[in-house]
Amino acid sequence: MRHITNTLRCLSFGLLMGLSTVSAAQENAGDIKIVVEQPWARASIGTSRPGGAYLALRNEGDVPVYLVGLRADISAMPSIHETQTNDEGVSRMVPAGDIEIPAGGTLALEPGSYHIMLMKLQSPLVEGETFPMTLLFSDGLEMEVVVPVLRIGARGPEG
Amino acid sequence: MKQIGRILIACGLAILAVLFIGWWQVDGPGAASVPGKRSQPLTEMDFELTNQNGEAVGPKTLIGQPSLVFFGFTYCPDVCPTTLSDISAWLDEIGPDAEALNTILISVDPDRDTVEVMAEYVSYFHPQIQGWTGSDVQVASAAAGFRAVYEKVMREDGDYTMNHTAGVFLFDATGRFVTTIDYHEPREFAVPKIRRAMQSQDERAET
Repeated sequence: MRHITNTLRCLSFGLLMGLSTVSAAQENAGDIKIVVEQPWARASIGTSRPGGAYLALRNEGDVPVYLVGLRADISAMPSIHETQTNDEGVSRMVPAGDIEIPAGGTLALEPGSYHIMLMKLQSPLVEGETFPMTLLFSDGLEMEVVVPVLRIGARGPEG
Repeated sequence: MKQIGRILIACGLAILAVLFIGWWQVDGPGAASVPGKRSQPLTEMDFELTNQNGEAVGPKTLIGQPSLVFFGFTYCPDVCPTTLSDISAWLDEIGPDAEALNTILISVDPDRDTVEVMAEYVSYFHPQIQGWTGSDVQVASAAAGFRAVYEKVMREDGDYTMNHTAGVFLFDATGRFVTTIDYHEPREFAVPKIRRAMQSQDERAET
């Protein structure tokens, strides 16, 4: 259900954005075609706290693809987590494991849901700068994404 | 035969132990503060913390103005900066009236969130947002009043993170608990709720 909600949200977002939607990267491998949209990260205060990054992944192929992890030089321990909030309103973060991007669907990594956690930052995330990271998918597919760093109070890819 | 008797006694003791542990955790002294239960009014709370300027503060500090209070910690990569950004946007949307609002982040991670750390952290968000912290005992006492819960959880990198109540508690100027803005609540609902907390005292003053 979450996937469906995220998909709808992203589809409507994509419609709103129209042509201005930026495809940061595109990869073809047989039937697999993943488009990365709107990557962004929040600026960090120093390096002692984990950084957070977000993006959306659109699967334009006809088979499901799984996001299985990532590499990023800026973090000695990057991983994908999910924030879960229970009925009592208590939020926790859990490692996401492999996340499906259904064929024709979109997976949104966004505040309060799936997010990229950049633990053990090697250098601060500085507003206005960018950093590269490599997303790892099932079937060995890898994609490099350049992530713009927005202000610490950013709420989304628009700032 | 003797052995069967011993086994029966052991089983009986084990059952009693399980029942006792269950009682302890659910109804007994070991019961966690009840999540989902309404916050106490500020007037009935009793805690002392330190604000980002090093001043002693407590529930009485908040009375006289409507208040937004939420729990978090500065090492939080997702929920807390999102909540702080959301609140900053709500305050901007409310405009000059928002100056009458106490807006308080209480740290659930006082070991890392010292007064200096809180001062720096809140400076990145709306200028009206304050950061309160204290000792472990002081923070626990504050959380109990709001019926907020939190726990330390070890992370795979050897560091730790905190699970915590993520909603925003709203109080009117008299300290009465008005409502909570849940973490995933659409923004359209948040601002009217805050306005309700700002108005509820005026309405009662008129009647």
